[in-house]
Amino acid sequence: MKILEGFEFKRGETLIHKLDPRVKLAYSIIVFALAMIFTHSITLLIILISTLPLFYVAKAFRKFAKSVQGSLILVGIVFAVNFITLGFERALAMSIRLLLMISCFSIFFLTTYPEDFAEALVKLKVPYEFALTFTMALRFVPTLAREAQLIMDAQRSRGLELDKGNFIRRLRNYIPILVPLIVGAIRKSIKVAEAMESRAFGASPKRTSLRELKFKQRDYAFLALIVLMFIVAVYAKYFLGVEELISSLVSLG
Amino acid sequence: MIEVHDVWYSYDEVVALRGVSLKIQPGEVVAIMGENGAGKTTLIKHFNGLLKPDKGYVKVFGVDTRNASVAELSRRVGLVFQNPDHQLFAETVEDEVAFALKNFGFPKEVIERRVKWALKLLDLWELRDQSPFALSGGERKRVAIASILSYDPDVIVFDEPTVGQDYAQKERLAQLIKLLRSQLKTIIVVTHDVEFVAENFPRVVLMSEGRVIADGNTRRILTSPELLKKARLTPPQITQVAWELSDFSVPRDLMWVSEARDAILRVLGVRGR
Amino acid sequence: MPIIELRRVTYTYPGSNKPAIRNVDLVIEPGEYVVITGPSGCGKTTLCRCLNGLIPHFYGGELEGEVYVSGMSVKSTPTSKLAQIVGMVFQDPESQLFLLTVEREVAFGPENLGLPRGEVRARVEEALNLVGIAHLRDRSPHELSGGEQQKVAIAACLSMKPKILVLDEPTANLDPESALHVLSLLSDLKNRLGVTIVLVEHRLEAVAPSADRVIVMDKGEVILDGAPREVLSKQVVEAIGIGVPKVVKLYNELRKYGVDFKFIPLSPSEVRKAILEVMRSDRSS
Repeated sequence: MKILEGFEFKRGETLIHKLDPRVKLAYSIIVFALAMIFTHSITLLIILISTLPLFYVAKAFRKFAKSVQGSLILVGIVFAVNFITLGFERALAMSIRLLLMISCFSIFFLTTYPEDFAEALVKLKVPYEFALTFTMALRFVPTLAREAQLIMDAQRSRGLELDKGNFIRRLRNYIPILVPLIVGAIRKSIKVAEAMESRAFGASPKRTSLRELKFKQRDYAFLALIVLMFIVAVYAKYFLGVEELISSLVSLG
Repeated sequence: MIEVHDVWYSYDEVVALRGVSLKIQPGEVVAIMGENGAGKTTLIKHFNGLLKPDKGYVKVFGVDTRNASVAELSRRVGLVFQNPDHQLFAETVEDEVAFALKNFGFPKEVIERRVKWALKLLDLWELRDQSPFALSGGERKRVAIASILSYDPDVIVFDEPTVGQDYAQKERLAQLIKLLRSQLKTIIVVTHDVEFVAENFPRVVLMSEGRVIADGNTRRILTSPELLKKARLTPPQITQVAWELSDFSVPRDLMWVSEARDAILRVLGVRGR
Repeated sequence: MPIIELRRVTYTYPGSNKPAIRNVDLVIEPGEYVVITGPSGCGKTTLCRCLNGLIPHFYGGELEGEVYVSGMSVKSTPTSKLAQIVGMVFQDPESQLFLLTVEREVAFGPENLGLPRGEVRARVEEALNLVGIAHLRDRSPHELSGGEQQKVAIAACLSMKPKILVLDEPTANLDPESALHVLSLLSDLKNRLGVTIVLVEHRLEAVAPSADRVIVMDKGEVILDGAPREVLSKQVVEAIGIGVPKVVKLYNELRKYGVDFKFIPLSPSEVRKAILEVMRSDRSS
């Protein structure tokens, strides 16, 4: 699934990696908001292009490009549907908006250590248990993926053919894959619970944490920059009417 | 007959098999050994087509595995994987054991007969209506074995069958292998259990870092300090005893308790008793 | 004062009609290295679970008799408290590691206790170094080998500074080389920290030389309890299907032919020693 490549953490020591995850999350949310506020294809394109340098700095441009590649089918569908109903400009705008939505969250996931997600959530006042559940889900994704492969190998070796038959048949053929996977996941979760209990989970109502996320100067600086960018953008749209200006320029030309 | 010819295989950038060649004749009983990552499991997955070589070829009963599906090849080469929980899914033990037979399109009467035979062989007849998930670890392992034996493949490959098993369970496995051997089945076992191999297997294929570094008589291989070191295996305990006593002219290639006993009796008898 | 005491303990899992362990009496002194062995289903795992409160608090069921760990009654002490005395390592290396990095895994226990951050950090460093895995601190558990995973599990227990380490077949899913590394780590820890070790293990040839005591269980009951040499040479042990070390089998075979070693060997070098002694005594007689 190429489209997921842009959401898979890539290790690195770049500036972007070092930013506090909350700052990056704020960035993602603000850019997403801008994507919703702006409607003209040229302004959306400008915003999209503005996100690209971040990928370069994070040395993750290739991964993002793979995501874009994987999403082209989806983008194509969006374009086609909008083209038929609303015309070329709208179709272009919607397609760029989609790419922008992918891009703004992609940068977050590509540069944030998974173990910091939970920290970030806790700092944002999410209860520890929820953040822990989230962390554990992330932890076991590769394990379950490996299990799924092993299960498929075992079942195919018993004559199960996953690529034959009509749609209904194929769905049924996945039962011998899903059942062991789910049962296995349940068994694992019991083992995890035992292990957690055995290491005093819940011993103290006040839990400490080995690491703590603290804002550094660069985090404050970035956050200020992002907020400023948002204010400028909103001002340009609603008070300067920049999009109407562009529209009329284009129709003149 | 399985023929592996100069096979190379890589997972992404990791080279798992580097020019592996070997031949296994019908009726043979072979142990494939080597350290973790040596390529043992990768190799056996080529026997039923789960993996196809990047270079070289694998022929199973004369058929190049690249020209056959996993289902076709599995019909003749049964793979029993290490963890039974990776395959159990049916409502009853009976259904589980019948699964492969159904997939291969056997007629109903044949399925009934074969399932009964396999269940009885593995001491599971009494448990046939139970859910496989309600069984103990050892019982689940036997269900997994029964589910492969039921469709009577010519070659049976076991991937690490002794891991997590107690001594009695290993004995039962050894008996089963003997029985299958008497039925002229070809048995291939991937294992690191040196004691188990010393007792039950005449031929060892020793792998290290994706290559076959030795292939032949078990005794010659498992008592060779150089080969064992290369494959990161510990020698059988009796072999270690023999080495401790080499200055008493005890042969260095002992593997069994009975041999060590006889050698020690000789040593003590010789020394003026 | 014993650090572990079981008095007439019988336990039945919920929904089961037969006890998993029956009338178990057991006393373990601080600093002992005890190996528990027996055929599959004999109750070894059940016994382990009684030592840190998983039985009865996590599993429910009926626990009769008394279990005392470091003076505390297991029945009336929550696992979160017992876990500070008893560290437990399980058979499946991967499923007991549930966080994203080794470092966080080792920190989990002390964090749960609410210890100040400096203390948590110090304990994590100490545990990682004791086990020799400081270089793995940023790795993700699923990337590690089985042997490394078990070492992480051990470190994650050590950061709680337990008095007792209970390990339930920790090497069952490991290759022989990793198994030996883990077992020699345990001996090392016992010597360095004086921690009491309760180890459930089938690889008797690997642990018998280091163990102070071997306890044999069968069908839920303790049938033998004593020094490794005494216990492993008994007939009944082989009869119930336990993998007696080959050197002990050799000893038994030689006895049938009239050769009596002065002691029961537990390793190949001990066999040599025993033979030399026989020869010396032959010469002198």
